[in-house]
Order: sequence, then structure tokens, then C-alpha cells
Amino acid sequence: MKWPALGYLRASSLDELWRALGDGAQILAGGQTLLATLAFRLSEPGTLVDITRIPELRGITVTGGVLRVGALTRHAELGRDALVARHAPLLTQAVPHIAHPAIRNRGTIGGSLAYADPAAELPACAVALNATLVLARAGGERRIKATEFFTGLLTTALEPGEIIAAVEFPLAGPSQRATILEVARRSGDYAMAGLAAVLDLGADGRIASPRLTFFGVGEGPVLAKNANAALEGRVLDAAAIAAAQAALEGDLDPPADLHGPPAMKRHLCRVLLGRALQSFTPATEQAA
Amino acid sequence: MMITLTVNGERVTRHVEPRRHLIDFLRLDLGLTGSHAGCEHGVCGACTVRVDGEIVRGCLVLAASLDGAEVTTIEGLTDSGEVADLQEAFVARNAAQCGFCTPGMVMAAADILRHHADADRAAIREHLSGNYCRCTGYQAIVDAVAATLSERAIHTPADAGRGDRTQEAGR
Repeated sequence: MKWPALGYLRASSLDELWRALGDGAQILAGGQTLLATLAFRLSEPGTLVDITRIPELRGITVTGGVLRVGALTRHAELGRDALVARHAPLLTQAVPHIAHPAIRNRGTIGGSLAYADPAAELPACAVALNATLVLARAGGERRIKATEFFTGLLTTALEPGEIIAAVEFPLAGPSQRATILEVARRSGDYAMAGLAAVLDLGADGRIASPRLTFFGVGEGPVLAKNANAALEGRVLDAAAIAAAQAALEGDLDPPADLHGPPAMKRHLCRVLLGRALQSFTPATEQAA
Repeated sequence: MMITLTVNGERVTRHVEPRRHLIDFLRLDLGLTGSHAGCEHGVCGACTVRVDGEIVRGCLVLAASLDGAEVTTIEGLTDSGEVADLQEAFVARNAAQCGFCTPGMVMAAADILRHHADADRAAIREHLSGNYCRCTGYQAIVDAVAATLSERAIHTPADAGRGDRTQEAGR
């Protein structure tokens, strides 16, 4: 279907953006989700406000002990950035799972987080890495934890007149282990079930601060509190993995969808959890 | 609104409606019908073109947002000779049947030739996974890309600097 009639404005600075935002205005970044929704007539914004040329929303830096990723960072840029690979390797691993190369060349991290698709990779990574979102508005900004940012299906804590300016990730220490796994029917599809797994593994083999975060199985990223609690302080071995898989039952309430019933999603999550933790075990690392 | 951009090396200035996507702009306003409009919601890849040197979905880009951009379509890619060998391989291996997906497929495959000269069959399939073909079952297409890659590897020393952005892309 052809897109609905709409207006188009380009803001080249944040000041211009604040003036442009108003009734019926919809922010346009990479457009890889928004423009598809126009084709379905799922959204009919009055005016698209193009923010892609606002320099304040660009750039990847390490400042103040955090990795700051500008909202306009495209997935392809995220995937090849050396600072990201060093300080938040989970993100580097996540990028190949996001759609296809042509889409990764346009789609942005800010757009992905703002859209908050429950099956998308980057929202789950933001929760797993305990990221902080920097939200800007006319006259100021505020910070909010990713865990509090995602409030429900396709909904976030963004208020009218606010945009995501950047995402701040804590720097990965040498003991951090991170991986992202997903099951999708076809390469590049949204996941039927996925897991962004981050934890610290001490020299004694004990797990600290596990943040297993599932996606595609709820209304948003699902931080697996029970499974994480089952792992905290334990030596990573087969018994610990089994305990986490058992505890996971209490973390998940997946809806049935086109892919299958809740029981299938629970099963996939248990399998992904096992694979992820197995990949962190010393034997696996030595073999790799 | 008025936009000025470069398409296949030629500077063009046109009035566009804000709701015009790049593919309709190319096909309807400029008469460049090599790029195909398939699903028009970012799934099929038939509309793959280059914007500022990188492949994009033409149906998921507003023409209005491209003021100052550089666009290359299958027509421009063909005229430059950049993928003449790939196109010959497509013909030789019958990698096009109905031909609808072919322009997008060649644009995406050209991206492999430029950025991933060491791609194996699995990497080729992965890279082309966003381009749908409903005729060939992909086998012949993957054959054509793999054959072109290996031909180029034979005829060009690895350090000759072809694919100038291969290392920069890193993947």
C-alpha cells in the first residue's frame, strides 16, 4: 500500500527539533520500522520530523566510565565499532541477528529502543547490560534505566516532547561473559525466542551479577529474576544450569503467537539458557 | 519539496511529495525502472539500491530525506562495469528465471564482492537472506556469487587493494 499523505521536516539541531515537535509530529530516524508501518497504514503521522542530521545525537565515545552510544548510531556502525567491541561486546554479537545488511545500514539504536518491539535484540541487550538511556527534551535531559524504560508492549517511558539522545552502557570488565542467542524461522526474522545473557565469572568459577534477559516471549525484554537468583554466587556447572532452567519457569509468561503455544516458547527459552551458560563454562572456553 | 541529489553520477533536482519513497521516485519520477517495487514494506529486497555507498531498502527510505545524497541503482552499477563478471555468472548459471528479484539480488551480491571477498557459501546465503527469490531456490544464485568471488580471487592478488573497504567493514 502507498503511504498516507504527510508532511516532512528536517531538523538540523536539537533547538530546531524542539520547535518542530508538536501535534501529529512523528520523529523519523532510520525509518526501518516506521516507514514499514506507513506502508501498512498502521500509523498516519501528520508530519515526519527527520532527526538524522542532528550532530548531537551521533557518535560513540567512552566518557565518565561509560560507553555512550548516540541514538542515531546505525546497526552496521554499532557492529563494526572498536569501542563497542571492547566495552560492550554483547552489542557487537547482537548486530548480525538484526534483520538484514540493507536494513542494518539504516536502522538506528535509538529507533529500535523507542519502538520497543518485544522480539527485538537491542532492547534486550540494553536490559541485560543494565544500560541507562539519556532522554532529551527542550530545556534539559534525564536518565532512566533500561529496566524502567520498557513499560509494556511497544510502549516506553518516553513522554511527549522527549527523545532518546544516547544510551550509556557500563564498561565490560575482564570477568564479563556475554552472548546472544535466538531461534528464528528464517535468518533475519524477529526471534521466536531469544536470550541476551550477561554475567561475571570469577577466577574461582563463581557467577556474579547474572542478567539473563529473554526476548520475543513477553511484552518487552524479560529479565529472568528467578533464574538469575538461582545462579548468583554459584559455581557454573551442570547443576547450576539445571537449577537456573528450573527457576526460569517462574520468570516466563509467554503469550501464544503465530509461532506456537506458550509451552513451546518456554521450551525454547530453557534450551537457549542451557546453550548460553554452557558456552561460558571453562571447558567450552578451552575447547574454543 | 525540492531535492537535489546525485543518481548514477548525474545531478538531478526534482520536486517530490514527502510521502514518495525512493523506489517510486526512481521508477516514476526518473524513469529508472531497473529497481523493482515488490512488497513495499522492507521484506523482499527487490528494491535494493545504494545510498551513499551502502545498500538500503529503497522502499524504506523517503526520497525527501535524500537531499544531497548519492544514489546508485542497478542501471548505474551495470554501466560502471563493476559487476559485469557477476552478471555474466548469473546468466551462465541461470540464476535469473522470472528476473523480478534479480536487480536487488545483484545489488546485494555486489555488496558481498566489495566488503566480504572471503565469503563462503554460508556467508553468501546469510548476506542474501534479505532478498527473496521465488523461482530459483537460490542454489544458482549462490553458485553465481561464489563463482564470481573465486574468479576474482584467482585473477586479483589478495593484496592488490580491490574492494577498498573490505578491511574497514571488518565483517
